[in-house]
Amino acid sequence: MSSTAIELKNISKYFGSVVANKNVSLSVKRGEVLAILGENGSGKTTLMNMISGIYFPDEGEIFIDGEKATIHSPKDAFGYKIGMIHQHFKLIDVFSAAQNIVLGIEDKKRFNMKEYISRIEEIDKQYGFEIDPKKKIYEMSVSEKQTVEIIKVLFRGADILILDEPTAVLTPQETKKLFRILKKMRDDGKAIIIITHKLHEVLEISNRVSVLRKGEYVGTVETANTTETELTELMVGKKVELNIERKEPENTARRLEVKNLTCMDREGNKVLDSVSFTACSGEILGIAGIAGSGQRELLEAISGLQQISVGEIIYDNPKTGETESLVGKTPLQIREMGVRLSFVPEDRLGMGLVGNMDIVDNMMLRSYRRGKGAFLERKGPRELADKIIKNLRVVTPGLSTPVRRLSGGNVQKVLVGREIAASPTVLMAAYPVRGLDINSSYTIYDLLNEQKKKGVAVIFVGEDLDVLLELCDRILVIGGGKITGIVDARDTTKEEIGLLMTKSGDDKKEENEDE
Amino acid sequence: MIATIAAIFQRAVAQGIPLLFGSTGEILTEKSGNLNLGIPGIMYVGAISGVAGSFLYELSLNGNEPNPFLIIGIPLLCCILGSMFMGLIYCFLTVTLRANQNVTGLALTTFGIGIGNFFGGSLINIVKSDVPSISLNETTKFFKTTLPLGENINSFEKMFLSYGFLAYLAVIIALIASFVLNRTRVGLNLRAVGENPATADAAGINVSRYKYISTCIGSAVAGLGGLYYVMDYANGVWSNDAFGDRGWLAIALVIFSVWKPAVAILGSILFGALYVIPYYIPGISISLIKIFEMLPYAVTILVLILTSVRRKRETQPPQHLGLSYFREER
Repeated sequence: MSSTAIELKNISKYFGSVVANKNVSLSVKRGEVLAILGENGSGKTTLMNMISGIYFPDEGEIFIDGEKATIHSPKDAFGYKIGMIHQHFKLIDVFSAAQNIVLGIEDKKRFNMKEYISRIEEIDKQYGFEIDPKKKIYEMSVSEKQTVEIIKVLFRGADILILDEPTAVLTPQETKKLFRILKKMRDDGKAIIIITHKLHEVLEISNRVSVLRKGEYVGTVETANTTETELTELMVGKKVELNIERKEPENTARRLEVKNLTCMDREGNKVLDSVSFTACSGEILGIAGIAGSGQRELLEAISGLQQISVGEIIYDNPKTGETESLVGKTPLQIREMGVRLSFVPEDRLGMGLVGNMDIVDNMMLRSYRRGKGAFLERKGPRELADKIIKNLRVVTPGLSTPVRRLSGGNVQKVLVGREIAASPTVLMAAYPVRGLDINSSYTIYDLLNEQKKKGVAVIFVGEDLDVLLELCDRILVIGGGKITGIVDARDTTKEEIGLLMTKSGDDKKEENEDE
Repeated sequence: MIATIAAIFQRAVAQGIPLLFGSTGEILTEKSGNLNLGIPGIMYVGAISGVAGSFLYELSLNGNEPNPFLIIGIPLLCCILGSMFMGLIYCFLTVTLRANQNVTGLALTTFGIGIGNFFGGSLINIVKSDVPSISLNETTKFFKTTLPLGENINSFEKMFLSYGFLAYLAVIIALIASFVLNRTRVGLNLRAVGENPATADAAGINVSRYKYISTCIGSAVAGLGGLYYVMDYANGVWSNDAFGDRGWLAIALVIFSVWKPAVAILGSILFGALYVIPYYIPGISISLIKIFEMLPYAVTILVLILTSVRRKRETQPPQHLGLSYFREER
């Protein structure tokens, strides 16, 4: 029962010059749940992708049942009875559950759907799933879809299961049901690896926890002998000094106030839940949180791109001195009032810039309305583009080079530069240093500090806690669409923010009682 | 009255068969996610390839009795090879080189019609005939051979048993396509490729192979529609541009039959009927006939509106239709 199912020895993986995993060694026994804990970008998913055959490790070895294994493709992984349940489901909407489950299976026998369905029903019964094999995927809830994914790997005979953030999309009740099933599978002798950053779930489900930090393996602890505080410390690590310049905020005044803001996604789940905070002029407000906790929705709601269910957004317009509500205004009106958003998505180009257009054209995206008559006014945008290239030291062959061809850092400078050039009163920058090298990052920090000095209310959404701690004046921590805390960046600790981040909406109550 | 209905039905079927070939071929193609707008051109190429093959064979006969296997087999094989080659070009451009599917398809249509008219014109030049067409009198006899029913057949028999073998082949191919798509592993995999190639890929299905094979088979089936038109419907007479816009009508029929070959069988007869009914209305003017010819497109638009309003997932086109697939490289 307790033999080692899979063992990784000194696994490393590099993407170009970026280290995704370095010297990771861990093992999972049969009849055990191993949790892999780490912040965003700590290399959890990359590591699991190497086990399931999507990536191939650059260094190190994988042993399965004590024997060295080479996993080149997902098919090889199936061969070793490894099944991975991805965060983003790989299912075909118009197919029934059963059709999805049997898709791609090659056996010599005749294709007999009835027989497959009865085998699926057996698995249903064995583990207590409640899935109708004939139900179409598009009629299913997220939790049902996940169940189909799990049955899919079980159907293929997997006995090493990897779940990539399985609870990220589930309600607390659904999570409970999932954990019940996982425990049943564990007792059945399967080896289960679960990737997560929710501490209370780690404590509830796992037997052991392996922690990754920035691609490196930190250690493995027995769940029974650890605490949330110890795990947080392992996860976020010691504070690193960055020496980012931070001036005391001057002449702060309320610029933007968000009251009880609630937003729903298309399925009717709350993506933002009663969010309230104030952003002041001359101050950088940091927003920390695990990716997908509602940061994007919050910024979009402020800039008018997100439907608001309940709540108020009040804006003190420094130009007119009036107090106005932003709810119900169009994105264009909000932009004209001086609220600017520069969002750098994961693929960097997805929002705000058009890759195939050159810098001048991208400047014009924000100004073409100002032109008189039917013809475009190109002179202004060209001057602006020149200015940005010069001031921000954008490296480009020329004004007419498509933005797509610039390196990531230069693209981000163009994006942030354009929004700053409009002399905003509120500047929202989401992940502006994503994927940037250190020098470019500091250029962006300087830009934000400059805006702060000018009296702009800067809202900075970041991933790196060290940066947030040194750059921002206050840090708002968001978890599961709720604000789990607003702290002063000058006298908080990394651990405190880490703990706030991992508190999701459902355990907010306990936190209130603690206070 | 019954005789009139039987006659309308018969002509409707004859009109509908090229459309049925075309749309069955296009459904097979589209189920793999390839939106092949080259179908009209491919049907031209299929027709002219068959015509060229049978022209050369008839030339070599020199008045001798034709071999029934060769006189049917040669145009059939030429037609399949010619239209498959067009499908292969389409696949190479869109699957291997990931060119835009719409542009590629439209280019193939222009190209195919050009090829058809060029070689058709050349053949007409060779025979130096007075009329701008070539007749394949021997071949058409074989393609138009019906079941030996005798002279006194009733109208029911006339409605269902009086066609050349290609008409029955069209229905059989549509039924087989329907069975393969819905009841077999290959069909399941093919639909998966058209719906969500990334998922199919992850499930170990060779996406490119499925796209290539289904598009080439689909093109061959569509090409047969062109061959049927010349050899059976047009009595073995090829004249340039005679095939007209039937290729586009076939694509409209794909939408009309919501990507189901079995529905396409009935749809093709309906489309054919809309085409021929005006000729049975006494005293109808030529301009009204043109309006009737427009009706299949109007019906297709109606179907599009209905399926879009109802938003039922089963009647929507394959989700990844018209998009190239490549595994994400990081």
